[in-house]
Amino acid sequence: MYTEKVIEHFHNPKNVGELDNPDGTGEIGNAACGDIMRITIHVIDGVISDIKFKTFGCAAAIATSSMITEMVKGKSLDEALKITNRDVAEELGGLPKQKMHCSNLAADTLKAAIENYHERTNGKGPGS
Amino acid sequence: MKKKRVYMDYNATSPVLPEVLDAMIPFFTDVCGNPSSAHRYGREAREAVDQARERVGLLLNANMDEIVFTGGGSESDNLALKGHLFSTKETSHHIITSAVEHHAVINTVDWLEEVGHDVDYIGVGENGALDIDELEEAICENTKIASFMYANNETGVIFDIPRISSILKKNNIVFHTDAVQATGKIPIDVQKDGIDLLSVSGHKMGAPKGIGALYIRKGIRLMPLIHGGSHEFGMRAGTENVPSIVGMGMAAELSRKRLAEETDRLTRLRDRLESGILNAVPDVSVNGKGAPRLPNTTNISFHYIEGEGMLLGLDLEGVAVSSGSACTTGTLKTSHVLSAMNIDAVIAQGSIRFSLGPDSTDDDVDYVISKIPEIVERLRAMSPLAPRKG
Repeated sequence: MYTEKVIEHFHNPKNVGELDNPDGTGEIGNAACGDIMRITIHVIDGVISDIKFKTFGCAAAIATSSMITEMVKGKSLDEALKITNRDVAEELGGLPKQKMHCSNLAADTLKAAIENYHERTNGKGPGS
Repeated sequence: MKKKRVYMDYNATSPVLPEVLDAMIPFFTDVCGNPSSAHRYGREAREAVDQARERVGLLLNANMDEIVFTGGGSESDNLALKGHLFSTKETSHHIITSAVEHHAVINTVDWLEEVGHDVDYIGVGENGALDIDELEEAICENTKIASFMYANNETGVIFDIPRISSILKKNNIVFHTDAVQATGKIPIDVQKDGIDLLSVSGHKMGAPKGIGALYIRKGIRLMPLIHGGSHEFGMRAGTENVPSIVGMGMAAELSRKRLAEETDRLTRLRDRLESGILNAVPDVSVNGKGAPRLPNTTNISFHYIEGEGMLLGLDLEGVAVSSGSACTTGTLKTSHVLSAMNIDAVIAQGSIRFSLGPDSTDDDVDYVISKIPEIVERLRAMSPLAPRKG
């Protein structure tokens, strides 16, 4: 059902935890669906210098969380915002169809964290 | 070193028992006759089918001519429900069932509703026991058939079948029970329990997959789902699956002989597993704990984590279990059984079913208990819902 990469990220997830004094926090999901993701970021000069996640969810949810933290660490906020849930799934070698909807919230959660960063720093979101 | 493998998913399916396989083998080759043939080969096959029918009947305290072999538990459920409703000319009846039935019943009843019948789904309490008041209120003049499972596949909770039956009898309602999980694990007596129709599955009790049976009380009218020859008393056309029927007969015979001993052994193992896990890990709860349960089943919720993670974590350690989490079933809905028991969605998502069987040992139980704390700790460290340590 899962690719080897999904299983690898599930068993050995990267960047698990929560940053102290994060610059931005995003949380998405609901228990009825079974997945809740929280991403915290540190930002230095518009670049994601550190990122951590906590996820309540299935193997796909955990793997996508882990994968996105790897994909965006060291990237600018603008570059990070361009990443979609589909990109994360592709980077993992694909996800089962039924898992795409509920378990792949990683890009949305990251986006929420970046929006939260902008709100904290500017009092408004990017581009507004 | 070869990794230890522990199978704790017997409610999903069980391995064919060695005695069952031995009994079946000659019927693939040497005893190859069609039971409908009049020659010696046919007669030998017929005798074997009749013996199996008698053995299944003995396990349920039924007569052999009340047992019809089917292709499995789901087919038996379909034959019971559709068969009975199709046996009359009226096209709209009232059906009563529970909210926690197996999908073989729920989806059959849903379909019957689509084609014009009325259905009431009776709820359960927090411990999984049927709401008897709700059942009594649901009964109406047009109620033709009621279907309540004997024991739940997810939690192992056993319904109060004699009480349900007496209420239905008083109201002249035909009583079907899906006894797929209960048969061979606890004593069943269709006479004492006042059951009219009862579904059994072979592969849940040490026979192969693809064979089942339906007990049909004498006098209960059914329309067959498969028309053709007069096989199975005209209730299920098609040449009998003789090797599997023989296997099912042997499985029934072994279950009957070993029932008391196995019940005690499995209850002890299950309770050890349950208390071992409860002692080893904080924030766990047993679903259906307050109700009578099958001796082999425990359904445990590991709070703050999702079941699929536990399932895969255990799988990595060689342990096979099942999970009631939405992501495992692929339906995106939490277990309908745990939802009906009003268990919080997050707690229901973290449920794992451990189901034991003839090959389960104390070593298996110890191994599983030893592996669980580390897996739980790892997953909780990732969970935003788990309380922060320190």
